[in-house]
Amino acid sequence: MESLTHQADAEGVDMEAIMQQVAEHKGCGTSGGSGKSSCGSSAGPSDLPAEIWEKVKNHPCYSEEAHHHFARMHVAVAPACNIQCNYCNRKYDCANESRPGVVSERLTPEQAAKKVVAVAATIPQMTVLGIAGPGDPLANPAKTFKTFELISKTAPDIKLCLSTNGLALPQHIDTIAKYNVDHVTITINMVDPEVGAKIYPWIFWNHKRIEGVEAARILSENQLRGLEMLTERGILCKVNSVMIPGVNDQHLVEVNKAVKSRGAFLHNIMPLISAPEHGTVFGLSGQRGPSAQELKALQDACEGEMNMMRHCRQCRADAVGLLGEDRSAEFTTDKIMDMEVNYDLESRKAYQAAVEQERVAKVEAKNEEMAALAGEDSAIKVLAAVATKGNGLINEHFGHAKEFQIYELSTSGSKFVGHRRVDMYCQGGFGEEDTLGTVIRAINDCHAVFVAKIGGCPKNDLIKAGIEPVDEFAHEFIEKSAISWFKAYLEKVKSGEIAHVARGDAEIRQGALIAE
Amino acid sequence: MAYKIVASQCTSCSACEAECPNEAISEKGGTFVIEPAKCTECIGHFDTAQCVAVCPVDKTCIIDTSYPRYQL
Repeated sequence: MESLTHQADAEGVDMEAIMQQVAEHKGCGTSGGSGKSSCGSSAGPSDLPAEIWEKVKNHPCYSEEAHHHFARMHVAVAPACNIQCNYCNRKYDCANESRPGVVSERLTPEQAAKKVVAVAATIPQMTVLGIAGPGDPLANPAKTFKTFELISKTAPDIKLCLSTNGLALPQHIDTIAKYNVDHVTITINMVDPEVGAKIYPWIFWNHKRIEGVEAARILSENQLRGLEMLTERGILCKVNSVMIPGVNDQHLVEVNKAVKSRGAFLHNIMPLISAPEHGTVFGLSGQRGPSAQELKALQDACEGEMNMMRHCRQCRADAVGLLGEDRSAEFTTDKIMDMEVNYDLESRKAYQAAVEQERVAKVEAKNEEMAALAGEDSAIKVLAAVATKGNGLINEHFGHAKEFQIYELSTSGSKFVGHRRVDMYCQGGFGEEDTLGTVIRAINDCHAVFVAKIGGCPKNDLIKAGIEPVDEFAHEFIEKSAISWFKAYLEKVKSGEIAHVARGDAEIRQGALIAE
Repeated sequence: MAYKIVASQCTSCSACEAECPNEAISEKGGTFVIEPAKCTECIGHFDTAQCVAVCPVDKTCIIDTSYPRYQL
């Protein structure tokens, strides 16, 4: 194969200098361990064929509903990668960062299997084991499949999944099927090699480094063929795409059509994480990530085509736990090797049955409130932020929230549309005194914020910023409460008591996460 | 000559280990090292040195001039 030496030059940017900076970069240089949690589609049982719902209902990364109740863990057994991406930096030694490709320690397949059983015995919510790097699982096939083999023996009820760039996918399809991997995520950022050349400087293919448009063409062919082969075998496939403004943002609508037509079940469009301190090519070249409105507009544009995933947390390749928590520090290699593990399948089943009941109660509460909205007809749509610790409840204090869930409210009901991180960062320029400013910037597109409790000062500042703090639904179901509030809002607008005013845009946080 | 790995730049991703046709690469003290006696610079195997081609950090797998050029 002819190797092209096409340089993927970003406009006016000195790539040579940036590559050297990438090589020299050593992460953000602070210590501690952390990570963030799950993701999912907002689709519920009513939107999906029964056999697909059965497959995804306990999978936090595939079902938005499930991520309130179920946890996943990633084991970092796959450090090698076969492509280079401009949004990734393989100098992954900052333990504080929460983004894909970052891990604190690498594991052997044997250590990984032990860790999975230890975590599953401690956390009954843990239903899913993923291998997502920090490199590419299929660039480390021996380690990846050995890990799956060991886990399927010791913890047979745990679902296996993997996340890949797709380059080596076609050649490993049969092995993936053999180990009963039931979910695969492929990161597809383009279907046009000209666009791809701006995202991928090179791939390693057939013992050669291939650059530019040719590299992107080979990558794209393998991604799409791999996707087709997976869906032919009935393996559920999610596609991740990184939204890079000015590079592939408009193009992702085309990607969405291409992956839908090839049988992808869910599309997850994620914002580019790009800060200079990450040491990525995009971070250093000043490539910005999208704003909250830009991201939502693109997700909305694709939603007519297929289910969109709205709350991927872009978690680390060694994350452990539920939404808004990371418990990986409890399960370091030293600790798990000393743990006495009692893997009790029965107690895990009992937990999962209890979750089923909770889910039914939550849906019933929402439906009841929806009945009260019936007959209302208004073009008004608003966003509301919710402080929650999970389980679909408004159960977090405003000042303690590390993130807010965002719901879109209209006369057709409530819809989960995303989340906003508001935690403090080790770099990024926000001081302690401006915590509230950070929160307001992150939820500035919302009309209201639902909290379990809120102090007097932030309450006044929120009102001044035009965001209504709502604490009257403390510890109640999110969607039921939000619909109830929205109904009252519409009434106030109708009676002329208040005027409906559109909100501005909001910020997507970029910096590295501070560990606690 | 043989290739060597600049330890301060190595991310320990292990990609080179699997690609080396001579099994000359292994992990030592947290990063990867090339055993010069086993390195053939991929001459006779591939057009380009595999460790150089697969390494995610530029200028990390480099020629070690303290060894004579490999002869087939």
